[in-house]
Amino acid sequence: MPLTKADFAAVLLTLELASLTTLLLLLTGTPIAWWLARTQSKWKQPIGAIVALPLVLPPTVIGFYLLVSMGPHGFIGQLTQSLGLGTLTFTFTGLVIGSVFYSLPFVVQPLQNAFEAIGRAPLEAAATLRAGPWDAFFTVVLPLAKPGFITASILGFAHTVGEFGVVLMIGGNIPGKTQVASVQIYNHVETMEYAQAHWLAGGMVLFSFIVLLALYSGRSSGRSSTRVWQ
Amino acid sequence: MHARIAALFAVFAISSHALAEQVQVAVAANFTAPLQAIAAEFEKDTGHSVVASFGATGQLYAQIQNGAPFEVFFSADESTPAKLDSEGLGVSGSRFTYAVGSLVLWSAKPGYLDGSDAALKANQYKHLAIANPKAAPYGLAATEVLDKLGLSAAVKDKLVEGQSITQAHQFIATGNAELGFVALSQVYKDGQLSSGSAWMVPAQMHTPIKQDALILKKGEHNPATAALTEYLKGEKAAKIIKSFGYQL
Repeated sequence: MPLTKADFAAVLLTLELASLTTLLLLLTGTPIAWWLARTQSKWKQPIGAIVALPLVLPPTVIGFYLLVSMGPHGFIGQLTQSLGLGTLTFTFTGLVIGSVFYSLPFVVQPLQNAFEAIGRAPLEAAATLRAGPWDAFFTVVLPLAKPGFITASILGFAHTVGEFGVVLMIGGNIPGKTQVASVQIYNHVETMEYAQAHWLAGGMVLFSFIVLLALYSGRSSGRSSTRVWQ
Repeated sequence: MHARIAALFAVFAISSHALAEQVQVAVAANFTAPLQAIAAEFEKDTGHSVVASFGATGQLYAQIQNGAPFEVFFSADESTPAKLDSEGLGVSGSRFTYAVGSLVLWSAKPGYLDGSDAALKANQYKHLAIANPKAAPYGLAATEVLDKLGLSAAVKDKLVEGQSITQAHQFIATGNAELGFVALSQVYKDGQLSSGSAWMVPAQMHTPIKQDALILKKGEHNPATAALTEYLKGEKAAKIIKSFGYQL
């Protein structure tokens, strides 16, 4: 038996975490990306820089600040406690919030590129045909930006699957709740169970390769709006 | 006369650095503070310098097995150095117990623990932090204590695991876990608790946490390696080790 019950639970939990995070990121990332693509505001650069922070920050920095701010003395912790939710560290919800922040640029940037590539012309044409802004967004922007959404979803999902440092620092290694696959691999290595580490780690390599292959194949046959990071 | 010659040599060693060597060591996380204190004294006394990497025992083992440049390994347990020894990565006969660890139940809140296990048994907390029992001897000792107190089932859903006791300590220090089992060395300095409140777990409640050191093959011919391990066995080091709450 190459994978134990705990390993399967960790893989399942990872997929759950990545799916939920991707969904939330598409919901929150789309308006942010739209705003960043359209705005002339002087806040465009600072907000864009904040969104990109997780690209350059080590996960230990994000994990450390999440641990402190979600804790009973931190501002997030104070807020959640006053709402009667307790603290979010060591919970699945806490991991989701951490992951949303951690993978934010991987969703916002491809979307922003896609929106920018569409330009003003299709929207102006829609407006002359008396389409309202919401109507135009759903019937014109969404179909045109579809490759961008696919790229954003794949990257957001894959990046969350690959998350380690943040989960390690705020998770507490609880089976079924916060023990994700990357942490489980670390557990196996730490406890010298190298055979099991290989099965999970090898699976991760294969998964990542397939994801990237899908991404690049889609890109070469798709439109220019699928480009990520300039 | 001998003392004079020794002093002369010491001066020579320090002034010229001709005899000064560098020794690279891997150290289990719980021994971080004492080793830093010992290394400072060792450097002053011998002129050799110590470069230390701190980490979890299992992680350091993996690194040593894969060619890490460490010359001495200070493990948090007995079994890992024994394993490295049997795998031919250590200098045979160099293994020795440098400290016996003490386990403590600690809370960052002053007064939360009253020097007994009452608060642990009262079970009024949300999270109890321990180190991963499979990877860290202090974590294993903690589960033995919980077993002995008959609390294992009651606290099962409240346990949060750090990958090492450093992380378990971090969970408690930031208030995310109200209390948890850590190494006394992490919260003890100069013979007293440095912050928060604690219950000193009686040593007979768990398997003794014997911490062994081993000279690794890479350090076999480095004079500083032997100097450091001898220094660890000496009185000055013993005093420092004890001041951090270890037994010897």
